[in-house]
Amino acid sequence: MAAGGADKFSVLLPTYNERENLPLVVWLLARTFRESGNNFEIIIIDDGSPDGTQEIAEQLEKIYGSDKIVMRDIISVLFSLGTAYIHGMKHATGNFIVIMDADLSHHVSLYFIKQKEGNFDIVSGTRYKGNGGVYGWDLKRKLISRGANFITQVLLRPGASDLTGSFRLYRKEVLQKLMEKCVSKGYVFQMEMIVRARQLGYTIGEVPISFVDRVYGESKLGGNEIVSFLKGLLTLFATT
Amino acid sequence: MTKLGQWLCGLALLGSAWAALALAPPGLRPPAPYRQALLPLPVYLLVAFGCYSLATVGYRLATFNDCEEAAAELQEHISAARADLRRRGLRF
Repeated sequence: MAAGGADKFSVLLPTYNERENLPLVVWLLARTFRESGNNFEIIIIDDGSPDGTQEIAEQLEKIYGSDKIVMRDIISVLFSLGTAYIHGMKHATGNFIVIMDADLSHHVSLYFIKQKEGNFDIVSGTRYKGNGGVYGWDLKRKLISRGANFITQVLLRPGASDLTGSFRLYRKEVLQKLMEKCVSKGYVFQMEMIVRARQLGYTIGEVPISFVDRVYGESKLGGNEIVSFLKGLLTLFATT
Repeated sequence: MTKLGQWLCGLALLGSAWAALALAPPGLRPPAPYRQALLPLPVYLLVAFGCYSLATVGYRLATFNDCEEAAAELQEHISAARADLRRRGLRF
């Protein structure tokens, strides 16, 4: 428990060129947390974005207060997701960590309710179950997504329906333990976290999420991603 | 054991059982009808798995939810956010 006995949620937002989206995500998060009465902080980890992301983060810090918005930048270029999380966690003062994309792909929803329901160590968003889903995806993208997920389920039997989503809630100690163990890069890293979590016996709850395709900015998903996904999947298959 | 290890063990087990029965020398063979079913079994299973995969992925593709409401709601939130933040002094 965090100081004072109440739960506190630290949201880690790794950003690269999210100048348009960042204020909106922060506003949505702040509103969600305020409405649910939970204590929170938002940690923005920016990888030297050239579009002024840091400048807008500083403005947000002034508006919301520096106990709520924490700006931490990294001087390296093209850091991996893992590095961003490690860096962010060092400054996190909450007992729960929320990880999400800063690109408005994830419709902000109430994970903590689910967590409380089952006292889960991890709560993961899924696009594939319940009323979870996507918006703005063409047939080809849906097919690739379902196909990739099917192969993943067959090979890894992970016990979670959506491994490549990146909207998750972790207990802080659980995330720290997993960060030590996980070695992959990119979003294979997200998959590895769930697989390792299962192996370590952590409980995982799932919440349906709506993945609304990027409203602003450019998607960082390219053709190479499929190849690197398969390589990563096979690596996980052989090593976990 | 890794997943790969599990698969290899499983395949080795099933493979050797199949080979022992299906490719046995004349003295140890199971009766002819059984052998006829047994010999092509690996191929049958592969094809069956292939069909299952296609059917499953097809079904999941067809039932993949489109979140119209969520998208509309998000647009509303974005407008509200921009208005509110502008009021609070954010220069976009």
